[in-house]
Amino acid sequence: MENQTALEVHNLTASYQRKPVLWEIDFKVPSGHLIGILGPNGSGKTTLLRNIMNLMEADSGYVKIFGKDLDEVRSRLSYVPQRESVDWNFPASVREVVEMGRYRPGNLLRRLKSSDKQKVKAALEKVGMLAYADRQISELSGGQQQRVFIARSLAQEADIYLMDEPFVGVDAATEEAILSLLSGLRDEGKTVLIVHHDLQSAYQYFDWMILLNTRLIAAGPKEEVFNSTYLREAYGGKLNLLSKLGEIIAREQFPLREPDFKEKEGSGDE
Amino acid sequence: MNDVWAFFSFSDPTVRIVSLGTVFLAMSASVVGTFAFLRKRALVGDAIAHAILPGIAIAFMLSGTKNPVVLMMGALISGWLATWAMEYITEKTKLSNDTAVALVLSVFFGIGIMLLTHIQHSGSGNQSGLDQYLFGKAAGMTEQDLWTYSVVAVLLLTVVLSLYKELKVYSFNPDFAAVSGLPVKAIRRILNLVTVLAIAIGIQSVGVVLMAALLITPAAAARAWTSSLKIMLILAALIGGISGLSGSLISYLSPAMPTGPWIVMTLSIITLLSLFFAPKRGALSRLLKQRRHSQKILNENLLKVFYKLSVERKLEQVGLSVDQLQAERAINKSDFAAAIRRLKRKNWLLAEGEKLKLSSIGLVEAKRVVRLHRLWEMYLSQRLNLKEDHIHPNAESMEHIISPELEALLLKELDFPTQDPHNSPIPYAN
Amino acid sequence: MEAIFIIATGALVAMTCALLGSFLLLRKMAMLGDAISHAVLPGIVLAFMISGSRDNFSMLIGASLAGLLVTLLIELLHKKIHLQEDASIGISFTWLFAIGVILISAYTEQVDLDQDCVLYGEIAYVPFDLIYFSGGELFFPRATIISGLLFLLTLGFVLVAYKGLKITSFNSDYAKSLGISTLAWHLVFMSMVSITTVLSFEIVGAILIVALLVVPPATAYLLTKRLKQMLLLALIFALLSAIGGYYLAVLLDASIAGAMVSLAGFFFLLALIFSRLRSRSLKVDAYLNE
Repeated sequence: MENQTALEVHNLTASYQRKPVLWEIDFKVPSGHLIGILGPNGSGKTTLLRNIMNLMEADSGYVKIFGKDLDEVRSRLSYVPQRESVDWNFPASVREVVEMGRYRPGNLLRRLKSSDKQKVKAALEKVGMLAYADRQISELSGGQQQRVFIARSLAQEADIYLMDEPFVGVDAATEEAILSLLSGLRDEGKTVLIVHHDLQSAYQYFDWMILLNTRLIAAGPKEEVFNSTYLREAYGGKLNLLSKLGEIIAREQFPLREPDFKEKEGSGDE
Repeated sequence: MNDVWAFFSFSDPTVRIVSLGTVFLAMSASVVGTFAFLRKRALVGDAIAHAILPGIAIAFMLSGTKNPVVLMMGALISGWLATWAMEYITEKTKLSNDTAVALVLSVFFGIGIMLLTHIQHSGSGNQSGLDQYLFGKAAGMTEQDLWTYSVVAVLLLTVVLSLYKELKVYSFNPDFAAVSGLPVKAIRRILNLVTVLAIAIGIQSVGVVLMAALLITPAAAARAWTSSLKIMLILAALIGGISGLSGSLISYLSPAMPTGPWIVMTLSIITLLSLFFAPKRGALSRLLKQRRHSQKILNENLLKVFYKLSVERKLEQVGLSVDQLQAERAINKSDFAAAIRRLKRKNWLLAEGEKLKLSSIGLVEAKRVVRLHRLWEMYLSQRLNLKEDHIHPNAESMEHIISPELEALLLKELDFPTQDPHNSPIPYAN
Repeated sequence: MEAIFIIATGALVAMTCALLGSFLLLRKMAMLGDAISHAVLPGIVLAFMISGSRDNFSMLIGASLAGLLVTLLIELLHKKIHLQEDASIGISFTWLFAIGVILISAYTEQVDLDQDCVLYGEIAYVPFDLIYFSGGELFFPRATIISGLLFLLTLGFVLVAYKGLKITSFNSDYAKSLGISTLAWHLVFMSMVSITTVLSFEIVGAILIVALLVVPPATAYLLTKRLKQMLLLALIFALLSAIGGYYLAVLLDASIAGAMVSLAGFFFLLALIFSRLRSRSLKVDAYLNE
């Protein structure tokens, strides 16, 4: 289990409003690690997660999960979007939101089974929110909202967790609780990828790191990645040439890839 | 045809009043609407227009007259109230802005319809004509109306012109306006007020339901042609004016035809044409650009093939057959033939019987493409840390995009390398 | 008897709109409902001209096509031509509505639709178009039957699709990450809204449908934090507006649809005041507790 590749991102290039925000990202992640995705604002961290989850179309490159396409192994993946990405005034209770973690395309029109409800309860218990199960989500604090999102993800019982900024706007107690929960998942052999923007805590939190700034700076065990050379490269501003090229592509309506470009559904390295 | 002449001679006083009035109304709405468009408040304009109806009905019920000034006061008050209500609901409740807009729009309109039907059914004599505010009835404009509307139109234009700079900054970037010390609240109030005013008089020509078009559509058309606010305002006013005129012309020629919907029809057609055909920002020019790019890519790919076969494999003297070329790169037949024709026309390729050869200027061009390809491969391996076997496919396509300016940057950054990561030489011009 | 039929029809339409409108509000698409309700006009007029009758089926097809056209047009302007979204909506529906009005004016003889009907419907005429059952013993107005079936269809849809509507409205990216086709859900939901808009057109008119879609759900939304309660309250406000609106209209001798909407707006105002007072008193409590 330890050395199995959980996730492979192969030469991924992706754009936002035609402007490339990820250039040729290429790395493999072994399973059983707690991984931080780090980089300055606008460096494409969220875009990377959205691409892995197939929430947007890449220009080229592909992503494999346990060597397979996303659709074949979807149930082994769980995605936690940014907390601010939803309207917390939505009329729903904590339990209702966590139950969504048990929704599948196949059971949407049916009632949840009692085994599903058990899993929901267990997930709530793990994040310490069982007492709040019937609370309405609009009444929660930022930290509690984040706990609800994590519980929803836990209820999915996945093997890979992708979390977008789970520590933003969260109180210290919650941050600690979430971290120990995620470390626990890692110890069970699960793979956890976390978009994180705080360099101070990064070294302490993660054992593996992916350093991004529209291009991949480095990916590997934290001891190899977290050094001043790589950090300066990541946080020392964008590559002038790359961003100019991106602007031309967006402005001039250039296709980022030629029509006969083959790699998108490639089967691996040639 | 005679009718058209009769219209444009403006000898009929009714024609004069109606067309002049319509043009004034359309122009002032277009100018004010440009700011609403830039502030992305198209639908707010729609809501205010609908919300004016109860104001008109109440003003009539209280005063018993159809005096345009009195009715406009009512319109102004209810339009203002609606603006305030939308802002209040968005700010103070958890309802989103678009819900607030839809809510205010429909409730005010519902009250308006209720009052209007009440007035109609109570049959107090001179009630007829109020429903012209629903769809507009420019044909019923009187000289007194015209005077009122001209005064308001001039007033609006004066406000816009004298506050031009402030409005400009505020519309493009309200946060920046606030930071730079402009009285943002006052500007917003003034802008709201002129918007309500323009709508209040504008509904005479197109009616409440279609008023949003008179505000927004000219601005959208103008935006397709220019990025300068000044030109945009002038263009919007012109487009609004022309549409106003054509609306009155059509209903003059065929009295069964309503003026308002035809104004909107003209506006929409001008706008759709602008959005498709305007140079630079139009959809067609974008499509053409994309087509040009894909042709360029094909041309350059073909040149690369020529370079590879003729220079690197020394087939130069013999020339190349089409089959040889096609074996090298999979391009569909008709595209391939078209690209060869284009390259011949540019004199980059010379025909020798059945075979083809690079010309000297073609060689320069081919070298440029190959150079950019290999420079980009260098860049990928050095700056993006790509492994050697991942580089080649990703360097494809970028070589077509890199401009001379970027090439200079690339050369400088890579310090004029002589070999690419696969140890192939990088061909320089000399 | 006539009053009962009118009230029943109005209430059924309003309640249908309340259910769908609640999700429209939660999906933050209220103005799209506005656009569709305007844009169906040319479709209805064309269907009228072609089929030569006011038969519901051809009107439904015409209007659905127009509804589809306006969504595509908005999409085209916004996504392909990069026009901002609010302007895309505004331009598209005013244009289609203008075409509708022009068609009505051009073919007044063929088209028995007047402009007023477009705006506020003809609910008062509901009792005159009757369908007889069991040999003429039993009869109901056609509109009442149609709106009854529509309400049952919508109620069934919401009950069966409740979970799907909830998750795609709350967090559509997350739903997608579970492999749920949010596009399919969107299309099914919008089709329901379009069908409702078209069938309600005759009864309350094009524009007031928006009020029924938005106002009772917004009122309920201010009063509760639970989805089921919100749907229930929206139904209740819709029902009350329909009943009260009828009597208000009789009292004022005014349009029934207009009165229904005015009353719905009045309920919203009350809910707004109530929720403002409540949040203020909560703040005071919090202050005192500190």
